[in-house]
Amino acid sequence: MVKEIERAGIAVVHICTVTPISLTVGANRIVPAVAIPHPLGNPKLSAKEEFGLRRKLVEKALNALSTPVSEQTVFED
Amino acid sequence: MEEKRIVLYINQFFGQIGGEEMAHIEPQSHDKPIGPGVGLSNLLPKNCKIVGTIICGDSYFNENLEEASATVGQMIKDFNPDLVIAGPAFNAGRYGMACGTVGKIAHDMGVPAVSGMYIENPGVESYRQYLYIVETTNSAAGMRTALPAIAKIAGKIVNGEPMGTPAEEGYISKGIRKNVFVEKRGSERAVDMLLKKLAGEEFETEYPIPVFDRVEPATAIPDLSKVTVALVTSGGIVPKGNPDRIEASSASRFGKYSIEGLDGLTSEGFQTAHGGYDPVYANDIPNRVVPVDALRALEKEGKIGKLFPYFYTTVGNGTSVANAAKFATEIAHELVNEGVQAVILTST
Repeated sequence: MVKEIERAGIAVVHICTVTPISLTVGANRIVPAVAIPHPLGNPKLSAKEEFGLRRKLVEKALNALSTPVSEQTVFED
Repeated sequence: MEEKRIVLYINQFFGQIGGEEMAHIEPQSHDKPIGPGVGLSNLLPKNCKIVGTIICGDSYFNENLEEASATVGQMIKDFNPDLVIAGPAFNAGRYGMACGTVGKIAHDMGVPAVSGMYIENPGVESYRQYLYIVETTNSAAGMRTALPAIAKIAGKIVNGEPMGTPAEEGYISKGIRKNVFVEKRGSERAVDMLLKKLAGEEFETEYPIPVFDRVEPATAIPDLSKVTVALVTSGGIVPKGNPDRIEASSASRFGKYSIEGLDGLTSEGFQTAHGGYDPVYANDIPNRVVPVDALRALEKEGKIGKLFPYFYTTVGNGTSVANAAKFATEIAHELVNEGVQAVILTST
């Protein structure tokens, strides 16, 4: 899906936990997520902390969108 | 004949521990055949014995790749096997990645491995050079045909019998080129092939051209405060009740749902339709899969120009690559028409 969206000329960032799959399917900007059943959350945190975590991940994804890349890139910490 | 020792790797489901709610379990080792191992025991040559079964949750393996690999690697070593069988995983993505990794671990120890997967399983593309992967159907309904094929290849490997080509033996090409002697020289074979092609007859290439379908990275967006950002997910978040009945696996459609005026996705309004992960966390707080709350906050602060008033969703669980590509092409077409320049796509 990522590839077809990018093919249309839209900048796309893939947030997912299993980054090797994302690399296989051809995503170019990849942000590793927290866990498979809750990629942008952590049920062990308080609501406020969890929102903070999610916001940070989304900001990281936005940062990836504004970063020029020439090949598949996983945006680690 | 000398007895050959075989170790089986399977997930929590085939290990008869549980479904998605048990996908988090850590590796465990048993000194007997379990699940598909029971059937395999009867299909393998008489001198082969499944001496152990290693079971690990699919989510645990993929979320903790290094630890899981180390533990499973040690467990394999402890059995001192002649061969490892992993799966079959059919079209289960996490399971396929785990089986492929196990194949690579075994390969690195000098132990051959066999698995079974559907051709679209991401484990095929990532790991096929490390192990023999029998081509299976896309669901476990194909177990009856997968096990004999796996047993046959496993038997040949441990007993040192010559291995045929992928087409002859039913495994997926490992990308190995092997020198062989043939009757006709290359020029004759090439002309024969060309004549068949010209006559519109069936012919078989001796070297399929590899397909590399890659898309160049899109240009970076220097200033996100001026663009509209859209959310797309394969995590199956849908309005409560799943009005368009998007399938829990092998999705045949996608949905487009309004988030206009919403500060986030609540459990009252949304849920997941995805059948391939434990739904508890996503149902509780759907923002954990589609982060509407965080993006809305960033929109209010002016960090992004605008959050597109709809999100697009499908279930990426055993869904064919052809369908996923079709959905995304339609979604992208709409987004381009709406002037959306950036997409955050989330997957579970």
